[in-house]
Amino acid sequence: MIDFLFNYETLRIVWWMLLGILLIGFAVTDGFDMGVGALLPFVAKTDIERRVAINTIGPVWEGNQVWFVLGGGAIFAAWPALYALSFSGFYLAMFLVLFAMILRPVAFKYRSKREDARWRSNWDWALFIGGAVPALVFGVAVGNALKGVPFHFSTDLRPSYEGTLFGLLNPVALYCGLVSLSMLVMHGAAWLAFKAEGPVADRARIIGGKAALAAAVLFAGGGVLVWLGLLGGYEVTSAIVWDGPSNPLGKTVIANANGWLRNFYATPALCLVPVLGIVAPLLAAAGFRARREGLTFLASKLGIFCIIATVGLAMFPIILPSSTNPGHSLAVFDASSSRATLRNMLIATVIFLPLVLAYTAWVYSVLWGKVSEASLRGAGSSAY
Amino acid sequence: MTSPLLVELSRLQFALTAMYHFLFVPLTLGLSIMLAMMETVYVMTGRTIWRDMVKFWGVLFGINFALGVATGLTMEFQFGMNWAYYSHYVGDVFGAPLAIEGLMAFFLEATFVGLFFFGWERLSARAHLVVTWLVALGTNFSALWILIANGWMQNPVGSVFNPDTMRMEVTDFVAVIFNPVAQAKFVHTVSAGYVCGAVFVLGVSAFYMLRGRHVDLAKRSFVIASAFGIASSLSVIVLGDESGYAITDNQKMKLAAMEAMWETEPAPASFTAFGIPSMSDRTTHFAVHIPWVMGLIGTRSIDKEIPGIFELVHKAEGRIRNGLTAYDALEKLKVNHGDTAARASFDATSKDLGYALLLKRYIEDPRLANDDQIKQAAWSTVPEVPAIFFTFRLMVLCAFLLVAVFALSLWHTMRETQAPRWLLRMALIAMPLPWIAAEVGWFVAEFGRQPWIIEGTLPTFLATSELGIPDLLITILGFTVVYGVLAVIEVRLMLQAIAKGPAVGADIALPVGDRTRIRLAAVR
Repeated sequence: MIDFLFNYETLRIVWWMLLGILLIGFAVTDGFDMGVGALLPFVAKTDIERRVAINTIGPVWEGNQVWFVLGGGAIFAAWPALYALSFSGFYLAMFLVLFAMILRPVAFKYRSKREDARWRSNWDWALFIGGAVPALVFGVAVGNALKGVPFHFSTDLRPSYEGTLFGLLNPVALYCGLVSLSMLVMHGAAWLAFKAEGPVADRARIIGGKAALAAAVLFAGGGVLVWLGLLGGYEVTSAIVWDGPSNPLGKTVIANANGWLRNFYATPALCLVPVLGIVAPLLAAAGFRARREGLTFLASKLGIFCIIATVGLAMFPIILPSSTNPGHSLAVFDASSSRATLRNMLIATVIFLPLVLAYTAWVYSVLWGKVSEASLRGAGSSAY
Repeated sequence: MTSPLLVELSRLQFALTAMYHFLFVPLTLGLSIMLAMMETVYVMTGRTIWRDMVKFWGVLFGINFALGVATGLTMEFQFGMNWAYYSHYVGDVFGAPLAIEGLMAFFLEATFVGLFFFGWERLSARAHLVVTWLVALGTNFSALWILIANGWMQNPVGSVFNPDTMRMEVTDFVAVIFNPVAQAKFVHTVSAGYVCGAVFVLGVSAFYMLRGRHVDLAKRSFVIASAFGIASSLSVIVLGDESGYAITDNQKMKLAAMEAMWETEPAPASFTAFGIPSMSDRTTHFAVHIPWVMGLIGTRSIDKEIPGIFELVHKAEGRIRNGLTAYDALEKLKVNHGDTAARASFDATSKDLGYALLLKRYIEDPRLANDDQIKQAAWSTVPEVPAIFFTFRLMVLCAFLLVAVFALSLWHTMRETQAPRWLLRMALIAMPLPWIAAEVGWFVAEFGRQPWIIEGTLPTFLATSELGIPDLLITILGFTVVYGVLAVIEVRLMLQAIAKGPAVGADIALPVGDRTRIRLAAVR
């Protein structure tokens, strides 16, 4: 059993799934913080309304953001070539994300330190940028990953990226950016409907319903783009050696317009995932209308899960295809860490992740209850 | 070949963002522990002034914490952004502590820091105390894992180069965790953080006492800060980083550079209190020596020799020649993975592969290097001696001044006399010292590591991403502007919060016996 668990093939597939879980964990936790940030100017007009919106996430955004940081660390540890290539390749896009995300912690903490209206409105814009910009850019990055990214390796495995920032901003990738933006706005609205009271929650319900519909339609449209071959597609043509050394130069890959559909043709049951990726947001849209906040939030989570999982399943076993040298694409079987590192990291994850989930659940239970204008007036300095 | 300008700009950006991040981290480390100590006293004695103290210092902690978190985001991603070849080359080893830091430390501190601020009304006093301690524990765990990562850069234990994957891979993760350099660095760095927290509390309290404001709160804080400060500042010095400097060639080179010690001296070596080191003359002018001291600091013995720069350069030359065999074998393996003769030759010499890579600065194929180039490469293992020599002395000077401030403060506390005004002013003026010491300490450790990014394994100039110069200029400018603006805002908010003072000014007279209790609490 241990042998099976710790053989290189199993470890690689487990870490491919954990990569997905990390991205999904980030999207369902920090995702609603970003959604609230992006919604802030639209759901809350007065200072007290904005405080209601901000304080729904005030005590928890910091823990949620660790999913982002952990994502960086875990990709570094388990998929070093992906870490090296994607962040240096998407250099300026990544800088934009960092710039936006640096504003967030400061904005949360500093906004309440002064009464001045200009001061507060400036920080509200910082929160808006900190929510909307990453939500958009992450989708653009996924769009580019689907299309293929222009890169190659030297024989020393030194990665070189041949594109530009503007190359990343192609129409198809921007379309994927809209998918992720609408998805996270839906999620932020679902959280606000669940956690806030009064006009903030009412406005969130209206906008959330529209965003959920948009997410469902845009995601379905993405499926059409893949089917038309506009979102790329690649296929490994050489024999896959699952326990070979992590060297991406030893295989052949070709561009294939149907490449991203192959797994679904081969295993039709997998189609359940993209179907749920459309149905769940529709369910969320209905939930907003029916004022079933708990259900809406769960549907929103399920939708995000399925949308992100669809991308992973479509590309498997490829993680990041190269458009200029397809053979150099990063794949599950040749871009991972060594067996020892994957094993060590799996042990660390099995110990710590349940612990993290347990105390996070405890913290949410302590903070249970709605945030309203009245509750904020009573909270004094224990609120933003 | 990456352009030298790109390498310099990448290093500049890393130094800027890391040193800026490290303005906030040590204060978080120190204050989180002090908050937990103050709150412990509150829970044990039930005296509300201690809760007021936790809340007041907590406000300042929060203002600082936000920037620590914000600038930490950059750190987590810029290895991949700016140091792509490094990330590929060592990610198998270096990435793991970073990921575990997230799992074990960041989640802990970040999840509970929200409750620390928002949970006062929702939690019992004991539960809130546990939350505060968990935040403190999280920040300290984070220091542990990041210094395990950094310690591996200084002393890459438990790993080997794999020619099939063209990167370093872990062979013994336990050795990486218990790396003696990492452990020495951890103790030294967290102690330095505690000093920052102590000086901060001491200085602000002194300010209140000088102005006669919030005196009860300030006096108690002053007691805690002086006791905590003397313990941590002595720990910084006694458990100094130098204990890790006898282990590897590069660490020895760093030690020799700190001392500007060109020739190996008979043990125990003398300490150069002052001098003007010259890189071109390869000697130290006007040197003032104190016998024995260096040998004691560097080796904790009187009979072990500390090698000088000339000896270490000579050794490096030998390792370069040995590394060339490894390089040649590796090139053969790249063409034919099954070449058993090449693999045997590589396995025998691979520990010196990094030394052969030093030649890439002078020639594309190191195997074609001539004797002059090999000598040049050997001398490139010497960091900028004068810079290391002087910054090290500045750090030590700051540390001793701080011990003096804490000792005097504690002396007056123990005698239960009011600290005199000159001492309070001194405590106020001393506030920047631990930050100066921490920043130059980082400089000594990391600039002193040059030319290596991973000692003996990968030279810095090979480790960058292949970016355009404009990309780097955009991000350096961008970070400078954002960080600059945020720094101004942060300092203003800190000053505003200090001027405003604690929310509840409990000006109750000290009852008899309370002082002793405070003292006990402070010692604990």
